[in-house]
Formats: sequence, structure tokens, C-alpha cells
Amino acid sequence: MSGNGAVSVTSVLEKTRADGRAGLVGYLPAGYPTVDASITAIRTMIDAGCDLVEVGLPYSDPVMDGPAIQRAAAAALAGGMRTRDLLRVIEAVSGHGVPVLVMTYWNPIEKYGVDAFSRDFAAAGGAGLITPDLIPDEADEWLAASERHGLDRVFLVAPSSTPERIARTVEVTSGFVYAQSIMGVTGVRDSTSTAAPGLVARTREATTLPVGVGLGVRSGAQAAEVAGYADAVIVGSAMVSCLLDAASESEGLAALRSLTTELADGVSHPTD
Amino acid sequence: MSAGQADRLGHWGRFGGRFVPEALIAALDELETGWRKACADEEFRSELDRMLREYAGLPSMLYEARRLSEHAGIRILLKREDLNHTGAHKIRNVLGQALLAKRLGKPRVIAETGAGQHGVASATAAAYLDLECTVYMGAEDVRRQALNVARMRMLGAEVVSVETGSRTLKDSINEALRDWVSSVDTTHYLLGTVAGPHPFPTLVRDLVAGIGTEARAQCLERYGRLPHAVAACVGGGSNAMGLFHAFVPDEDVALYGFEAGGEGIETGRHGATLVGGSVGVLHGARSYIMQDDDGQIIESYSISAGLDYPSVGPEHAWLMETGRARYEAVTDVEAMEAFALLCRTEGIIPAVESSHAVAGALRLAPRLRELHGPAATIIVCLSGRGDKDMETAARYFGLTGEST
Repeated sequence: MSGNGAVSVTSVLEKTRADGRAGLVGYLPAGYPTVDASITAIRTMIDAGCDLVEVGLPYSDPVMDGPAIQRAAAAALAGGMRTRDLLRVIEAVSGHGVPVLVMTYWNPIEKYGVDAFSRDFAAAGGAGLITPDLIPDEADEWLAASERHGLDRVFLVAPSSTPERIARTVEVTSGFVYAQSIMGVTGVRDSTSTAAPGLVARTREATTLPVGVGLGVRSGAQAAEVAGYADAVIVGSAMVSCLLDAASESEGLAALRSLTTELADGVSHPTD
Repeated sequence: MSAGQADRLGHWGRFGGRFVPEALIAALDELETGWRKACADEEFRSELDRMLREYAGLPSMLYEARRLSEHAGIRILLKREDLNHTGAHKIRNVLGQALLAKRLGKPRVIAETGAGQHGVASATAAAYLDLECTVYMGAEDVRRQALNVARMRMLGAEVVSVETGSRTLKDSINEALRDWVSSVDTTHYLLGTVAGPHPFPTLVRDLVAGIGTEARAQCLERYGRLPHAVAACVGGGSNAMGLFHAFVPDEDVALYGFEAGGEGIETGRHGATLVGGSVGVLHGARSYIMQDDDGQIIESYSISAGLDYPSVGPEHAWLMETGRARYEAVTDVEAMEAFALLCRTEGIIPAVESSHAVAGALRLAPRLRELHGPAATIIVCLSGRGDKDMETAARYFGLTGEST
């Protein structure tokens, strides 16, 4: 599914799978360092080879995020970032052939109104939501709104998920299934997870949907490794760190471009 | 849904539930099942009873505050949780959860703390039951509550200063949740109040429900009748839920919760989420929370650190929505007046948290007297003692220096 007849998440990942590679999903928060600069940064990821982008809505209490994303989100909020600015970012970065998902904690969506947000988000060109603190058991309103407005709903599975929960989760998921590769928060790690391949295999037993793996990837080699068993490689903190660690905006964008290129090359050469 | 019972997924109406990462669901299921089995296990129950009796000093007294009653014009009974070991009702919760953690084979507990009371209680239970303990505390609170930090460390706990967000209680909960996602195989999250994802609101309520069952029995035994009303302060809401639970089916007993009105609801500087907040999701449950127009969480404020929390237990939201309990806000000024009054009339220095309940009872007194006459009786949960608040009180009343 996707709004506005644009290219859908599933079709992108079916194509990358047919090409013998994984899709690259790049994450950046909206509004960091400013709303306009975040638009430029997200476009840079798209130009440098991301197959999908995931735009974060900064939130005051991001329990699933490690230090890098927390810092960027806090700075964005301190800079006056509002939910309506997110919609402006979505409008500016969608329509470039790359589906745009939003990763958000649930309270800002409830506050906006689940149906109202879905309507405005779809109208802005958004493809779907990734909801790290919303499990299907609590998602009736979102399930209905996403149907109504043609949005994908990406739910998470984790190493601790039972087969029953995985089955129940994939049943209501669309676009792709987000496999949280490690028991922990976001942030780069030197080695990728040993639990991830098993989790992906368990997920595949329950669905034919593409499976994306996130949490911890920061290099081309790691991306290639994850691409060996997953349909999509999700990179967040490493992308954000390019901007956080840079001395200037242009330096940050250059680092982001270079990392995205490296990761895109990695997902194109899956390790067996 | 019968009174006091949540549905299978921990919902009271639209409140409660589980708004947490999928990674935590297995642990929450394990906790729920483990708790249900423990409750059915005679050995577990008698071990916990023994700990509460021999170690924590329970049951706590129900004390008729004669001079305070005279002042108020009705009979005020204080449930003396301030006399428990570690000085508050919180010992009931931590001993229960720590014993459960042991039963679940988890050698480590983590806890959040604001002013440090739940942290000290957790460190105490961990020392008593030989568990490793890490307490997350906002950097701002670590600075303000140096004595409690020393206490926790003395008891063998590791205290982690949380530098993220507003660096207060809500951020220490975020950090504890982050720890728990990473360590759930070996770690139990010893949550300090009736908030959080299912099963915590039910679990913590059941562990502190002795406040109400004891008070109800004590009142019946001594006066041959139930009180006309019961009152407690509400931050996260554990002492209030503990007092209310036994009385919920007694429809003639009015339930009153008193929230932190801070500098006044109209100023925005308060911690009264039920009175002045709106429905939203925070720390794993849908309840009333303090939030801005975009659903970003707003800082709460109260002179009492223990009531300074921008959410509240979901069962309170339900009790308010159904009209079974009533909630009002008590300002800093009213609470501190009640604090002083209890000191002077009864020789009891209450926690500033509990002073909100005393202030609320004093406000209710004329109403209760009009309805029930001078025999009107109210039970007030004196949830904690005020030793920890002497610095606040000394500053507030100007008690330092050579003469007063």
C-alpha cells in the first residue's frame, strides 16, 4: 500500500530482492539540526542510494533510543520542532521515488488524533508508520486508520518474541517486518547481532513479507553481512552521528553522503 | 469488568494496557504469570507475610489523631505507614517484588527514583534478599538529594545519575526501561508505583493493598463501622491505590485522592495529572498525563518530589472516569500548612507527600460534618514520614539560623 499512487514499500523491497540485494533504509530525525536542514540531509541520503527513508518524529521521552538519537531529538525539540513541521518534511522529501516512512512513539500520534494524523500524513505523501512502542494488541485505532488512508504499518519483532507473537504481529504488518536485532536500544555497535539471523528465520516461517533488520549497523561490511539474511538493512544512529559529530553542516552532509554510499555498496554485496 | 479488575491485557476501560517495545512483552508476560503462580503458592505468601511482619513492622497502626480531629471537627484516623521500615508504604511493594524477582531467578533488580525514597526502599530490599541493585536517578535529583544517594550506596546499590531529558524522575524511568530492554534475562524492573505497562499497575496495587485491608479491618474492629471517607495523596498513585482497593466495593465509603497542585493549576506549575492533565500514553500505559499540544511530555512540579510525576496510575484514571473516586489538587501552600499543623497537634512530622492528604482531609472536614455530623470519620493514609523533608521544611518555614 502507499498513498498517492507513489512507489510502495513492498514493491521497492521486492525489486531489491529480485536484484539479489537488500534494500537500504536510512533514518534521520525531522528537525535536526533545523527543519530545513533535515530536509536537505534526508534528500542527501536519498541521492546517495537509500532505497527507503525513515523519518523520526522527535519525542521528549524516547525509551527505545540510545544517546545519539536522543541528543538529536532533544536538540530538534529545543529548536521548536512541531508535529506539523514533520508533515512539511514528509511533503518535501516524498515523491522522489523513495517511499518515506515515519518512525514515531505513539503519544504524539494519539494527541494529533490517529485518524487525523493518518489523513494528513498520507496527503503529505507518507508511506507508513514504524511504531516502536505500539504493539498490535493496542493498535485497533491505527489498524483502522491505516486501512482507511492506505498507509503501511510496520510493527517490530524482537529476539524475545514467541512464535505466537511473531505470527500475530506479521498478520497485521504491511510494508515490511522490522526485526529488532538485539535486545537493547538504538546505537552503533562494533559487531552486529548473533540473534538477528535466527530472528529473521523465525519471522520468515510466519510470513512472506520482506524482513528488515535494524539496531547497530554502522559500516558497509556490517551492512553486507546483514544483507546476507535480511531484505532490508536499517541504519539510524550511524546516520545521525554523521550530523552530530560534524563541525559544520556541509561537513555533516559530506559524511552522510559518504556513509550512505558505503552502506548502499554493502547491501548490494551480501555476505553469505 | 468488575470493580478493581482489569481485563486480560491490563485495561480499565481505555486506560492501562501495554505501550512498550515488543522486546519487553515476553518479560511482562513472564512477570504476570510468575506473579499469578506466586499468589497461589502458600509458601510464597507466608514468606512475604513473615517479611512484612518481622522486618517491615506491619501491620501499621490506625491512629486516632485526637487533637487534629478536634481542630477539624470530625474524626480523623491516620494509617501510620510512616512507621514502617524505611519510613513509608513503599516497603510493602519492594519486598514483594524483590521476593518475586528471586522466585523468577533474576539476580538483579533495577529501580527508578525521584527524591530517592523508592530507591532507598529498593536498595534495602535488595540488601535484605541478596540481590544486585542499580538505581536510576535524575542528575538534578542526585544533586538535590545527596543524603538519599549516600543511603542507597551504603546499602550496596549502584546509583546511576541520569543526564538525559529533564534529568528528573521521568527520565530515570526512561533510563531504567532502556536498561531493562538490554538486561531482561537477568534483571527485574522493580517499578515503584501503580503506573507502567501491565502487569505493574495490578501487581503493585496488590502488593500495597494491605494498607486498605488493614485499615478497613482496624476501623471495623474499633468503631464497629466503616469510615465515611478515605483520603490519600496521589503522585504515581501507589499509596492511594493501596488504601482505596479494599474500599472500592464499599459504595458508601467516599474515595478521595489529592494531587500536587504545586503553585496552582492555573499557573501550569503543578503535578496534578488527573485534575489538570489530559489523556495520553506515557511509560507504557494510557492514563492522564501532562503534555503539550503535540503530545510532548511537560515537566511536572511540586514542592514534594514524590508527587512530582507527569503521569498517574491508569486505575486512578478509571476510578475518576467512572466517578467512584474523586480527585482534587492541593497546593504547596496548603500542604505545608497541614504539615505544620500535624507537627504541632500530634507530634508527627509527616512526609510532604502525605501532608497533601492531610490538607485534603481538612478541606473535606466541613463537607463530611455537614453530611454525617460530628461522628463523621475519615481515614487518611499517612504514607511516609517527614525526616527526609526537613531541609524543605526548614527552608520553607525559615527555621535555620540562630533564632526563629
